[in-house]
Amino acid sequence: MALIFTEEGEEFEVVSIEGGVNVFKKLKEMGIYPGVKIKVISVSNGPVIIGLGNTRIAIGRGIASKIMVKEIEKL
Amino acid sequence: MKKTEVLETKILRVALIGNPNSGKSTIFNILTGANARVGNWPGVTVEKKEGRFKYKDFDVIVTDLPGTYSLTSYSIDERIARDFIINETPDVVVCIVDSTNLVRNMYLLILLRELGANVVLDLNMSDMIEGKFKIDVKKMEELLGVPVVMTSGIKETGIDDLKEAIIKAKNNKVIPLEINYGEDIEDLISDIERQIEKLSFYNKRFIALGLLQGDPQIIQDLQNKGFKEAVEFANLKVSQLEEKFGFDIESEIIEERYGFIESVLKQSVKRLISIEEKLTISDKIDRVVTNRFLGIPIFALFMWLTFEITFKIGGFFSDYIDQFFGWLGEAVKGIGLSQILTSFLTDGIINGVGSVLVFLPNILLLFLFLSFLEDVGYMARAAFVMDKIMHYIGLPGRSFISMILGFGCNVPAIMSTRTISEEKDRILTILINPFMSCTARLPVYSMFAGIFFSKNQGLIVFSLYFLGIIVAIISAKVFRIIIPSLKGKVSPLVMELPPYRLPTLKGVLIHSWEKSNQFLKKAGTIIFIGVVVVWVLSSFPKSYEYASEGTFIGRLGQILSPIFKPAGFGFWQAGVTLIFGIIAKEIVVGTFGTLFGGEENISKVIPTLFTPLSAYSFMVMSLLYIPCIASIGAIYKETNSIKWTVFSVVYSIGVGYLMAVLFYQVGLLFRVH
Repeated sequence: MALIFTEEGEEFEVVSIEGGVNVFKKLKEMGIYPGVKIKVISVSNGPVIIGLGNTRIAIGRGIASKIMVKEIEKL
Repeated sequence: MKKTEVLETKILRVALIGNPNSGKSTIFNILTGANARVGNWPGVTVEKKEGRFKYKDFDVIVTDLPGTYSLTSYSIDERIARDFIINETPDVVVCIVDSTNLVRNMYLLILLRELGANVVLDLNMSDMIEGKFKIDVKKMEELLGVPVVMTSGIKETGIDDLKEAIIKAKNNKVIPLEINYGEDIEDLISDIERQIEKLSFYNKRFIALGLLQGDPQIIQDLQNKGFKEAVEFANLKVSQLEEKFGFDIESEIIEERYGFIESVLKQSVKRLISIEEKLTISDKIDRVVTNRFLGIPIFALFMWLTFEITFKIGGFFSDYIDQFFGWLGEAVKGIGLSQILTSFLTDGIINGVGSVLVFLPNILLLFLFLSFLEDVGYMARAAFVMDKIMHYIGLPGRSFISMILGFGCNVPAIMSTRTISEEKDRILTILINPFMSCTARLPVYSMFAGIFFSKNQGLIVFSLYFLGIIVAIISAKVFRIIIPSLKGKVSPLVMELPPYRLPTLKGVLIHSWEKSNQFLKKAGTIIFIGVVVVWVLSSFPKSYEYASEGTFIGRLGQILSPIFKPAGFGFWQAGVTLIFGIIAKEIVVGTFGTLFGGEENISKVIPTLFTPLSAYSFMVMSLLYIPCIASIGAIYKETNSIKWTVFSVVYSIGVGYLMAVLFYQVGLLFRVH
């Protein structure tokens, strides 16, 4: 599912990031790449805030709609 | 012979590099102590921090590079960091990483290793992972092929280890890291390496990788050096390969690097306890201040408080400064110097410079608040909160930080746009910045608001700041639609939010003092010269009374006065102050001071010339027309275009005049006086 449809406070794994614009490259260099685990801190109808360890990254809604994630299976 | 050898080995050049918020600056400050020197990078005006420390027999010169995520060149900051490493080849590069976020922070390290820089890895913020992770430093050193140290900038631990590692690393033989990117990409790398064999750069693999990733700087360099064919070859091969396998080569390379990092960490880091990541206090604050309903009202409240307090407290101190200059003027008159010298000292210098210095408390306080909001980490949230609205205006949220910084001073604000990577967004942000009301305009508002709107000073001044923002917004929107070279989509928001931290009182005080100090220097130089020129022009020809209509300045003002009549201030003094205000906005007040005989008399004379309505329209004009010579210089330097600079100057004068006329005429219509 797209990052914008996730729920606050849950953890997800990034599956894919669609698109080839520079911004996506920057995202990957900031540590958001397929396979990485992220925590959704805030989803409103504006930008999304995700947590990557102790780091918080704000992502515009347009970009966030192109980041596909899946829920992490809880053991 | 032996002697020079000893000398050569004793000086060591070290660069600090790291992601934003990795604690790099803290480490830099601890290493270099009070010996830091702030300068500028050649050609650009990004701050360059350099410092020294002595350790054992070594004199170590440390350069702090701008925070960066990678070695590609999206923004000027990132390019500076990369160019320094590649061109200046420091003896040792310390890569500072946030231990709580190793995967992402290590990406930069991998790039440095691929480049072949002589790296020391500093696992900073190590106190934050105590008891949660166990890092096998030896193993990590072995896997990465670099010395690894653990430090904590906040607790100041591990600093000696770091110094020791730097000294030891100086003679390290570096073999660039080669990650295996898979057969197809590896074949392509070898092909490109062959094509650029004659290139005089030691690491051809690094260049080939950059080319595959479409790094604009590398492509340009290669084209300039006559390797056009290699560039074309790479482009062709990349698209062929992508078509064949259906994946993006660039992403593939990045993901392979992360794969490598993960395998290193798997072998060298052990998780001690499983941590249920809780929401931090930062997150809880963010829930409130970035809330979709509360975010903007909270921001507005902060801004309103800032101005309210600035004026309430600032005004208290201003009164004393004012009294001091009044007393000083009287004292000078009492000395019994020649008439012309007395006039020069009292009418010219004391009244002129004094009228400006009265506002030092206001400026100090405003900078104090802005520094505080920035150091606390709120500014990034403000950009976040405003992103949606900014998009609607046609600007990225990032521009908002530059706009807010403009409240302090437009010059650094215009410079701050260099972190905006999209050129169109950057030009737009620069063009609208002069409408953000800087502290130099504050004396103008304070003076008029104090005289005409003493009950609602804060509100009146706030309204002008607000008007500046509105004009900036509308201008941006119009420029985006009308100017062909600025058309296009707004670049999307991707921004790190630094954790909130309580800045030290000392830090905030130093920060705001540095900026207020610039104001003092300005008062001593450019404003001083400005008021002297005004005094000379108002004293001659001698046959006329000081600052009367017959003097040079009176004649100049009379030429201008008809123009300003529709705006409600069609008397000669107003035109004159606005002309001199171009040098620096504070001179508007300084000139009134010189013409009317000091801050104390201003409050008596001004009500006879202005009405509250025309005073407001005068403030509108002061707000909107060209900020000052320094800002024009900054616009030219940052846009690198005379066309944009001239456009900005003409536009701002035009808008300022039209708005002043509009306010006055509409006010008259509604019989506001």
